[in-house]
Amino acid sequence: MATEALVNKIIPFSSVDGPGNRTAIFLQGCNFDCLYCHNPETINLCVGCGACVAVCPVQALAWVDELEDMSRVHHSDEEWQRKHRLRGGHVTYDISKCVLCDACIKTCPHGSSPRIRHMTAEEVMAAVRRQVPYIRGITVSGGECTRQRDVLVELFSIAGKEGLNCLLDSNGTWDFSKDPELTAVTDGVMLDIKAYGAEDHRMITGRENTLVLANARYLAGIGKLPEVRTVIVPGLFNGEETVRSAAQMLQGYLDIAPIRYKLIKYRPMGVRKEYALYPTPDDAYMGRLKEMVAGMGFDAVVA
Amino acid sequence: MRPISMDRVETVRQEIYNTITSLTMTHEQKLTALANHADSLMEVLDVPEGLDDLLNVPIEKKCICDLNEGHAPVRPRYIVPDYAKFMREGCKFLRLDPPKDLAEALNSLLIFYKHVPSVTNYPVFIGNLDQLIEPFLDGVDDETALKAIRMFLMHVDRTIVDSFCHADIGPVPTRAGMLIMKAESELEDATPNLTMRYDPAVTDDAFALAGVDCALHCAKPSFANDKMFRSELGDNYAIASCYNGLLIGGGSFTLCRLLLNHIADRADSIEQFKNETLPYVLDIMARYMDARIKFIVEESNFFEYNFLAKEGFIDKDKFTAMYGLVGLAECVNTLFEKEGKEGCFGHSEEATQLGVEIMDIIDTFNKNHVNPYCKGTNCHFLLHAQVGLADDIKTSPGTRIPIGEEPDELIDHLRVLEKFHKYFPSGTGDIFPIDLTVHNNPQYVLDIVKGSFKEGIRYLSFYRSDSDVIRVTGYLVKRSEMEKLDRGEAVLQNTTGLGLGASKNCKILERKVR
Repeated sequence: MATEALVNKIIPFSSVDGPGNRTAIFLQGCNFDCLYCHNPETINLCVGCGACVAVCPVQALAWVDELEDMSRVHHSDEEWQRKHRLRGGHVTYDISKCVLCDACIKTCPHGSSPRIRHMTAEEVMAAVRRQVPYIRGITVSGGECTRQRDVLVELFSIAGKEGLNCLLDSNGTWDFSKDPELTAVTDGVMLDIKAYGAEDHRMITGRENTLVLANARYLAGIGKLPEVRTVIVPGLFNGEETVRSAAQMLQGYLDIAPIRYKLIKYRPMGVRKEYALYPTPDDAYMGRLKEMVAGMGFDAVVA
Repeated sequence: MRPISMDRVETVRQEIYNTITSLTMTHEQKLTALANHADSLMEVLDVPEGLDDLLNVPIEKKCICDLNEGHAPVRPRYIVPDYAKFMREGCKFLRLDPPKDLAEALNSLLIFYKHVPSVTNYPVFIGNLDQLIEPFLDGVDDETALKAIRMFLMHVDRTIVDSFCHADIGPVPTRAGMLIMKAESELEDATPNLTMRYDPAVTDDAFALAGVDCALHCAKPSFANDKMFRSELGDNYAIASCYNGLLIGGGSFTLCRLLLNHIADRADSIEQFKNETLPYVLDIMARYMDARIKFIVEESNFFEYNFLAKEGFIDKDKFTAMYGLVGLAECVNTLFEKEGKEGCFGHSEEATQLGVEIMDIIDTFNKNHVNPYCKGTNCHFLLHAQVGLADDIKTSPGTRIPIGEEPDELIDHLRVLEKFHKYFPSGTGDIFPIDLTVHNNPQYVLDIVKGSFKEGIRYLSFYRSDSDVIRVTGYLVKRSEMEKLDRGEAVLQNTTGLGLGASKNCKILERKVR
């Protein structure tokens, strides 16, 4: 039986999720809890509490008295499976009624979203094919999409056969060196390096980064690291130090394949209000970082 | 010549007085307006019966519009000289020998341009510019060439004060083309309008991406589907004026347009519109164009006296005429409303399909109508999706989806365009303001162009949403110049006034940013 993905959103044309025009597919659920997360509703899986149903102005949401059928979803979050079963029911979502007012997301006490669709790789492909031949590829993002690697393998296998370039956007906590099946069908990984120092990384994300950095080296070594990105947040951590160290670590791999270093300005939009207290870095500072990274041979961009 | 009433003469005399005393027109604009006033007193065309009710009525009832071409056309509307011949052979009338180096080539072209008439009195086509310049770049370093080209383009902008003036580059990548784009990015001027004729099999990505980058600086070039134009018009075609595909060495005698929305107002039902109302107007407009063309060819003596024709830079057998239309979206929506149907053009499949059926009727009519003078295109007119006039109200250009009603997703928008661009060899186009973030990813725009041309889209324009130079409907204006004019100051370019009108009437500053 075909595996199902938990799909938060599909953006038909994206100019910011890799080179050229791509369809971007956002999967639900992340194992990081970054302070400055710009779409925190993608972090947790819905536990089926039903709090959002009453606030939906167009009755796109409903609570049904039976467990969500998760038999075809391969998601590596066991804690969630346990929580979910305690509720004894789940929320259904009718995308045709939804007006994207975000009332449900604002109400959710669990940092999640009920606007999640179960889609097989074939169903995702059907949504992608409408954009062909206007797109050169697809990018799967999240959340952390590698948490649903089974469906990624299926999706990329089909998309690759149809001539689409397949990128995934990852926080680097999936060991690609031990997953040759996924790595083979993935044309490249766009990797977040939230912080280079272990302490900074733990403070920002709640997790350590040994595997993140190992993945960066592994993927750069096989020419599948088209892009690394760091969000620059003045006052939270030393962005310059992270960018310099990460660039030094990867500099030796640049002759295998070029790497773009995307320096992302922190902006408070979408960030949970208790964390939306940092200033946006100024253009001069971003410009200095860009110059430094470009000087080391990277294709440096500020976003 | 038929007589006219003294009342009409008095009205025109008052208009002449207003033109002479105007504070917001330049001297050149006044001369053009005065000539038009004089022409409006003429009655020489043998026009079809029934035309008056469709043409000479208030704008909200007008079904046919002749775009101010005048009552006694003194020249064809659009003239597309063979500049390559001029470069090869020089011009006797202008006492110019063939140019031998870059300075001579650019100087000769600038002289020639001053003598190419059109409906605007300025040239609407100034050449496949990169191909004309390229042979003169041998041995000239980039810095010298860029400076010369930059000055040449600035000269064009400041003396051809009308942005319906169009230059083409591509499809073969050239050094001259790269330099032209570099100069235009720096100049950020409205004139000349610029098109890159693009064929992914011939144009490399570096050249095309330079085009995208340039467009994000100064709203040009636009991209023309080279393969599609060649299949219809042959290898010697040009994009002139707004986006009009015409033969080099020829042009268009005339352009009239159907106001489909107002034609729909005259019908009670979809069936009546398709079977009676529309065919009635189609026939009258075609015969009106026949009369205009007959006058130009048989009576005006243009092709007998003008040096362009006498020396073979144009040939009347390479001319055609453009059968234009606007307001398809509003036409469909009006008909749907009359029948109590839900849905609107560009959104409901059924409504968009009605648009296709209407276009099929017009296309079939046009293919059956014969005009013996349009020898450039097998004695038929070419359909044209006209870009609108500044005083059009609630009338979208050609087959465009109305501004403000664009589908949320660009893909859904493009899927609608695919159905309509094929009808218009003499031009159609759609315009997309692009978000700033695309600056990091010009391939995004190029991917859309590549996909579009595979899917039968003909012509696309992009500009950065905060750009000073913006595309109004087909032509370009500088926002800063519109603001000046709006404050009551005279401005150099004629088209600035049209742009200002369009920004007030046609919501051109409110397009959905992609």
